[in-house]
Amino acid sequence: MDLIVPSIGLIFWMTLTFLVVFFLLKKMAWKPILKSLKDREQSIQTALDSAEKAKEEMKALQASNEAILMEARNERDKLLKEARETKDSIIGEAKAKAQIEADKIMQSTRDAIQSEKVAAMDEIKTQVARLSIEIAEKIIRTELSSDEKQKALVNTMIDEVNLN
Amino acid sequence: MNLKVIDFKLISSFKKLLFVVALLFAVPAMVSAEPSDAKAEAGKEGKSFNAGDMILEHVSDAHSWHVAGDVSIPLPIILYSSNHGFAMFCSNKLENGAIYNGYKMNGEHIVVANSDGSTNTADTAKLWDFSITKTAASIMLSGILLLLIMTAVSRGYSKRGLGAPKGIQSFFEPIIVFVRDDLAIPSIGKKNYEKFMPFLLTLFFFILLMNILGLVPFFPGGANVTGNIAITTTLACFTFIVMMANSGKTYWGHTLWMPGVPAWVKISILGPIETLGIILKPFTLLIRIFANMLAGHIVALSFFALIFIFGGLWGHFAGYLTSVFSVAFSAGMLLLDVLVSLIQAYVFTLLSAIYFGMATEEAEHH
Repeated sequence: MDLIVPSIGLIFWMTLTFLVVFFLLKKMAWKPILKSLKDREQSIQTALDSAEKAKEEMKALQASNEAILMEARNERDKLLKEARETKDSIIGEAKAKAQIEADKIMQSTRDAIQSEKVAAMDEIKTQVARLSIEIAEKIIRTELSSDEKQKALVNTMIDEVNLN
Repeated sequence: MNLKVIDFKLISSFKKLLFVVALLFAVPAMVSAEPSDAKAEAGKEGKSFNAGDMILEHVSDAHSWHVAGDVSIPLPIILYSSNHGFAMFCSNKLENGAIYNGYKMNGEHIVVANSDGSTNTADTAKLWDFSITKTAASIMLSGILLLLIMTAVSRGYSKRGLGAPKGIQSFFEPIIVFVRDDLAIPSIGKKNYEKFMPFLLTLFFFILLMNILGLVPFFPGGANVTGNIAITTTLACFTFIVMMANSGKTYWGHTLWMPGVPAWVKISILGPIETLGIILKPFTLLIRIFANMLAGHIVALSFFALIFIFGGLWGHFAGYLTSVFSVAFSAGMLLLDVLVSLIQAYVFTLLSAIYFGMATEEAEHH
């Protein structure tokens, strides 16, 4: 039966056609096409890789920015804290100094008052002594103005002496 | 990996199913056609419609290309025989049983005629027919078409460089990439696939184009090309030759001298079986595509034949009525054949790639 017996002529022409088509296509189509496909895939891969790398770099940059920001914030906090401490210590010191000064002033005032007081007392004592002498003088003068009175006094005194 | 195995199993089972279906259709058609072949001469005189003849005529090769109605293109006949030498002439010289240069046409066979018009059987046996038949002309047309298409695609690449594909280039690029990434690389491996790519691509597109062109029902198409056993034999032989040319030590070692098997088993059982297997591989390739494509043509034609059979039995009206269903069924069959065309091109290329993978395999996974 014709249907299942391969004819030699057809095998010949098929071989020839296939070989011609194969070699022409290989040279004119498949090689350039496959090469272009490969090149394009490679270029896409490279582009993707570099994009990925850029993303990574961006991420690293962002992380470092974050770190720098954090550090700056910490630095600021530290400075503020130090300033506060310095302020507190200055105020405290000033207060203590003022206290000491005040105490000193008070002490000296107290001393001055004391010495003034002593001087005043001395003055008063002198005055009192002088006045007492003057008064005594006046009294004595009055008492010894007549002879009788002088005798009377002597007598009294003698009486008083009372020779026991 | 697992998915791929399942995928492959699915494909192979689908393929088997198609093969069985094709055989189921093809075998009765062939058997029923056989007796009618003998009655062909009688049928022509009797004027009654013979479906077997009609179908066989459409699926067999011819020396002229029928276009439409009474118009057909004569094709060159090229003959060689040891005692008559070369002869080359146009096929219309042999039309209607005419004798030219001592040759005449017996059906679609060219035979040597005696002076009284009878067939010279002894000389006919020595006759080599290298005529460009309908099928040969069709493969040449497919070849030229494929060259035109693919050079156009290639031009797209040289024009656009690494840019995005456009037009015809963007239509074929996914198919080329599919052949590379889903046929060649998984079957052959990343290391060796590149040298087989031109062959596999040519195989795939050539088969696909011939299949599809064979389905086109009007003139430049319609030839039953891939359903012709000479064509599929040649293609399978190419695969076989490429496979053998690239087979390595590991392949032959594993095929003929399977490691880990006792020597007497290797010699008495495995050796002969594997040797047979080497030859059976291309044989299954050629039979699979031949049977599938032939069956597709026969079934589609059978539906058309029904129109005339019923028309002849119960008058024109029955014929018209049947034509509605027949055309619908034929259209469905044709769509199925488009699918079969794709699948057969795919399977042929895939199996070729798998054979190449087996041949170039290196002993590293044992």
